[in-house]
Amino acid sequence: MCKPDSLIPLIGVITDIKTETPDVKTFTIVDKEGKKAFDHKSGQCAMISVPGVGEAMFSIASAPTNTKFMEFSIKACGVLTDYLHTLEAGQQVTIRGPYGNSFPNDLFKNKDMLFIAGGIGLAPVRSVINYVFDKRDDYGKVDILYGARSADDLVFKEEIMGTWTAKENTHVHLTIDRPQENWDGHVGFVPAYLGELNFKNDKTVIVCGPPIMIKFVLEELDKLGFKKEQIYTTLELRMKCGIGKCGRCNIGSKYVCKDGPVFRCDELDDMPEEY
Amino acid sequence: MFKMAKKDIPNMLTLLGESMDVYAPVKKGKLTNFEDFTEGAELDIDTLKTVKSPKDFFLPQVENLFSATSQGKEINIEAKALRDKPFVIFGVRSCDVRAMEILDSVYLSEPVDKFYEARRENGIILSLACNEPGQTCFCTTFNIDPAHPNADGAMWVINDNIYIEARTEKGENLVKLISKFLQEGSKNEIVQSQTAIREKLNKLPYSDLSLDGLEGNQLLDLFDTPQWEELHKTCLACGICTFICPTCQCYDIKDYDTGGEVVRYRCWDSCMYSDFTLMAHGNIRNSQKERFRQRFMHKLVYHPDNNKGEISCVGCGRCVNKCPSSLNIVKVIKSLAVKCNV
Repeated sequence: MCKPDSLIPLIGVITDIKTETPDVKTFTIVDKEGKKAFDHKSGQCAMISVPGVGEAMFSIASAPTNTKFMEFSIKACGVLTDYLHTLEAGQQVTIRGPYGNSFPNDLFKNKDMLFIAGGIGLAPVRSVINYVFDKRDDYGKVDILYGARSADDLVFKEEIMGTWTAKENTHVHLTIDRPQENWDGHVGFVPAYLGELNFKNDKTVIVCGPPIMIKFVLEELDKLGFKKEQIYTTLELRMKCGIGKCGRCNIGSKYVCKDGPVFRCDELDDMPEEY
Repeated sequence: MFKMAKKDIPNMLTLLGESMDVYAPVKKGKLTNFEDFTEGAELDIDTLKTVKSPKDFFLPQVENLFSATSQGKEINIEAKALRDKPFVIFGVRSCDVRAMEILDSVYLSEPVDKFYEARRENGIILSLACNEPGQTCFCTTFNIDPAHPNADGAMWVINDNIYIEARTEKGENLVKLISKFLQEGSKNEIVQSQTAIREKLNKLPYSDLSLDGLEGNQLLDLFDTPQWEELHKTCLACGICTFICPTCQCYDIKDYDTGGEVVRYRCWDSCMYSDFTLMAHGNIRNSQKERFRQRFMHKLVYHPDNNKGEISCVGCGRCVNKCPSSLNIVKVIKSLAVKCNV
């Protein structure tokens, strides 16, 4: 396991690459011995790097209950991520972590869960969803509301249209922004669909996605009578060290890499709105 | 308390140089900075403030972390060794000593930064009382006493002598190394000098700078105050305040391809720069107003919030001297205090 104080990474090996959408791939990473590089909790992140190209923080998309490997779903949108998309299985990268706090999965026990995600924002949420399914009896009803720009941009298709929908006491609600051929599901933005679904407001909510989506989702949840104390989200800021020193992810008195990335929505009220 | 002849300082430093690296204020051209004290170096302990603070020796402007080589799909990394050779910094002013304690509260808090910790463990600081505090000094605002500096050893220059008081075990060990230059001194002999320093401090222009208005839990009030609109206007985003600030602590991590290998290093960075928070999906601080506010909110509000109220400024006045548009933390403190008195 990588020491949390260390800026020196471990070597990771990409053992599998799965194309999720035209610009998102999921990378399976293990250490040099073929084992999971380190244990993690839902919501935690890791620094992945290709020396000479760059290093960046990514949320771990696999559940802590997966003890064999970690998965990272990465959108090609910059120098490092574009480069990662060119790699083939067998390629080594560097990895350090885990960083950050986590979703309090134990606190969620026996609660009905509502997961809301947009686009690649499903990646950190998936870590909780699969944890909940691995411990299905510990949790109540599960609703997953997930939207993307188009049907082609939906990630984890096997899970959202297969594995998850087959779970008991579980509903997956998918939506895409605009009508599209061969799509007979819901069309419209996530916040609007949330209003239509009119969920009971006794659920614990985890919301993750583009900042603009989160903003309107929170407004919609407020209308439905959800309290901020029931809602968790993650923040995403530029990070370099991962241990609260380099100053980059500082918002108010918090460092997102160390005090976050998971925040309960009432905690955000005490922070400047710089996210 | 010991004393030695001021003229013996170069020989004393040379002797220390046999067992450790020695850094002292050295004059080059018109500028005095902490440098390697080597033969022929022009020692300058009369200049009050070095251009850069001695934070370089603990948080270097550039520090290599590891080197990486690739072969096919394989990567090998080799961590750079932590600092293991002792060193002494001679002649550090009280403000810069306090600055190290502030950096400690960041870099030595869990999870500890190992590179910094190794340098801190191997470093010995000899501080020097400020006989002539400067017009831009305001360390007393932060309860720093330049007449009796902290650190491993404290020193006072009085006429042709320099008085040395060991204040930690490291300081005591260092004094033993240079014992051949020392004779017994008495605390009474520095009292007059201390009184004179404190009288001068009371007459400085910023001696009455008050932190009222920054205390208490009003983070969001200070964040939202319209004062920032006015305050930031002349900021050029040059970042000089960050680089000369003894408590500024932000860094970047980058790679350098030497041709044969990639060296990953960290280097100082500034929250005043536009790309500091730039991400693929945008920037959380798009305007200079927001970046300017971040620097001062961090020093005056966020850092204290996490560190028992301790403000991340030591009143060294370097930013007052160096800002090309005469912006500085004194102006910000005064402006925020006015806001809160309204």
